[in-house]
Amino acid sequence: MENNNKPYNFKKEMTTKKDRFVPGHRMCAGCGGAVAVRSVLRSLHEEDKAVIGNATGCLEVSSYMYPYSAYEDSYIHNAFENAGATMSGVETAYNVLKKKGKIDDTYKFITFGGDGGTYDIGFQSLSGAMERGHDFVYVCYDNGAYMNTGTQRSSATPRFADTTTTPAGKVSSGKVQVRKDLAAIMVEHGIPYVGQTTFLGNFKDIYTKSEKAIYTPGAAFLNVLSPCPRGWGYETSDMMEMCRLAVETCYWPLFEVVDGTWTLSYEPKNKLPIEDFLRPQRRFKHLFKPENEYLLNEFQKMVDEQWNNLLVKCNL
Amino acid sequence: MAIRERLSGNEAVAYAIKQINPDVMPAFPITPSTEIPQYVASYIANGEIDTEFIHVESEHSSMSATIGASAAGARALTATSSCGLALMWEELYVAASNRLPVVLALVNRALSGPININADHSDSMGARDSGWIQIYAESNQEAYDNFVQSFRIAEHKDVKLPVMICQDGFITSHGVENIELVEDDLVKGFVGEYEPEHYLLNANEAMAVGPYAVSNYYMESKRAQTEALHNAKRVILEIAEEYEKISGRKYGFFEEYKLDDADYAIVIIGSAAGTCKAAVDEIREKTGKKVGILKIRVFRPFPEEEIAQALKNVKSVAILDRSEMFAGTGGPLGAEVTAALYRAGMFKEVVNYIYGLGGRDITVSDFEDVYDELARMAQTHEVRDNYKYIGLRE
Amino acid sequence: MISDKINESSPWYELTEGNKIYEAATSRQFKTGEWRTQEPVHDDEKCKECYLCVPVCPDMSILVGEDGKLAFDMEHCKGCGICAKVCPFDAIRMEA
Repeated sequence: MENNNKPYNFKKEMTTKKDRFVPGHRMCAGCGGAVAVRSVLRSLHEEDKAVIGNATGCLEVSSYMYPYSAYEDSYIHNAFENAGATMSGVETAYNVLKKKGKIDDTYKFITFGGDGGTYDIGFQSLSGAMERGHDFVYVCYDNGAYMNTGTQRSSATPRFADTTTTPAGKVSSGKVQVRKDLAAIMVEHGIPYVGQTTFLGNFKDIYTKSEKAIYTPGAAFLNVLSPCPRGWGYETSDMMEMCRLAVETCYWPLFEVVDGTWTLSYEPKNKLPIEDFLRPQRRFKHLFKPENEYLLNEFQKMVDEQWNNLLVKCNL
Repeated sequence: MAIRERLSGNEAVAYAIKQINPDVMPAFPITPSTEIPQYVASYIANGEIDTEFIHVESEHSSMSATIGASAAGARALTATSSCGLALMWEELYVAASNRLPVVLALVNRALSGPININADHSDSMGARDSGWIQIYAESNQEAYDNFVQSFRIAEHKDVKLPVMICQDGFITSHGVENIELVEDDLVKGFVGEYEPEHYLLNANEAMAVGPYAVSNYYMESKRAQTEALHNAKRVILEIAEEYEKISGRKYGFFEEYKLDDADYAIVIIGSAAGTCKAAVDEIREKTGKKVGILKIRVFRPFPEEEIAQALKNVKSVAILDRSEMFAGTGGPLGAEVTAALYRAGMFKEVVNYIYGLGGRDITVSDFEDVYDELARMAQTHEVRDNYKYIGLRE
Repeated sequence: MISDKINESSPWYELTEGNKIYEAATSRQFKTGEWRTQEPVHDDEKCKECYLCVPVCPDMSILVGEDGKLAFDMEHCKGCGICAKVCPFDAIRMEA
């Protein structure tokens, strides 16, 4: 792996690096998904070319509306469930054409899917691509529901979330099931790099992980918590606060798994109660009715268990 | 010198792939097309070709990866049958609308359910509106010849459409027949290097593929796609003419077998045409009745005017479909040929038969019965049941 | 401008083949700034050039100039206000 231990210089990052995701896309104001794409693509080395893939979703319908592409690089969207397979074809074509001497440049391959296109409908295609070990990064911008179609529940939706297909009601407390642990499933594919990240402070975590994911030879998976103001129900200006609370409550732990070895990237000094993350979000509003206090307790118990399991995996 | 061999239809297509030496082949196993990727895998394992094989986890992914590879600038293909094609359905439309010159070796097999692994055309006929060019074969020889021509048609600058090369499951795919192969260097020269103008890995420009197009663009996009299919008619004939020069074999939209002076014609697709030819020879010899065949090779684009012209002088026509359309009115070939005659202002006695579903045999005597019925219809101007079955237990 | 070549009045034969485009970053020509209901006002004097606001913008609309000063791309800024929230020095305020 290249540049593994180079010191991080935020000011240099901001003054020298160019964005490869450009303005004029039609993602909502305050969209976390757009920040995810921007952050990952900034981690490409300037001299390298790239092909960007995309599953159908918010990002696709907003970033390549004919004839307006929001990418400095080549881009391919195919369908909802096949971003993994499509990029497998692109990457294989590159290998053949390179071998035949038809391409000189170095290309990197990055494909984006929302949680619906990644955890659910695109799961098989993703699994196949990871198992085959194609040299590309699959980035899930995880906002925890099918936001493009109007906030329907996905297998990434947290338990108890009020979505349009798991509405909280007189006899319902929102989603019943616990969210799928996709990062762990990707680790079990035996791929060389898996990272879980989001946006914090000086963006060191996401930039470093993106660069590692892109420049680790072989298949890599990056799971990026990407707040959605409309689907979660918070003010558009609060994206960074949502990310901070997700991390400080241990709802969204930051870690990476290199060649099967788990490493915790950040341990909160004072783990905040899960309520702090849930309270600002409309999708959890029903949990704050007095009669639902036990649900908050259950949520806390779930987060604690998951956190403890992670610590064990990280040998902590 | 042409190479004389004895090959199954699957071997013949695999051999054509070896001669073409394409860049990328994603494929997933399914009977009866599985042998094609198996042969290709063994060519790769023995260093005989440069093709990269992608061991995808489904047919949806095989077509998805084929699309990705083609958009990236590679010559890409896959093979499948039946449910495999059905699983690709969505992607067939994407390949065609993105104008990607990919090729699919289809070994026709009945669709589920119930599961059946034998020949019928319900798979490709169901995909007839997906925007692909569809070319069908009667024999191993035709499957091979069609495949060698496929990339030239697909990649032609006025076409840029995916091509499906179809042959009948088991009957053609597994039946070993004599075949004449074109020499390797002639095939290489004929097919040529693939040099796309626009592709994802072009260092001189960034390309974006697969946009969201609002209503103000969608309809125009579809019309533009149709233009490529119109162009394909001309290109298919040009390529066939060029191919004749290296192979000595002549191809068009269809084959007319003893149709010149025929009073009664059968319109058919695929391997059953061989049996039908035997029936025609026998009837002509025994009874002197003027019977003939129009065997469709190119079903998409549909050569409507040419078909009508070829049937101009016959008194009655039987159109045989190896798939149901479930409209309650017959099969797809029946509907389209009937419409072709109507639009050409030719009003003659027409009957549509469904035959051979799920590999059901059709015999010389079945065809004799059809020609008898055509003679009766021409004489009485009466069509009993314009949609019926051959070989059905009733 | 790509919209000179392809727009919602283009006849079918003027669209690009398969709706592919052969140009990068054409979305810049689409001005999302019109969506804005409130806008960031940047106070140069309060700004310490810490750049914490730069990476948080979903619309790449906060640019760092060669002199290290910030410039706001008001043709594309959608007015979400994330930048104002992260600024430790109150150098960005949102105005209706």
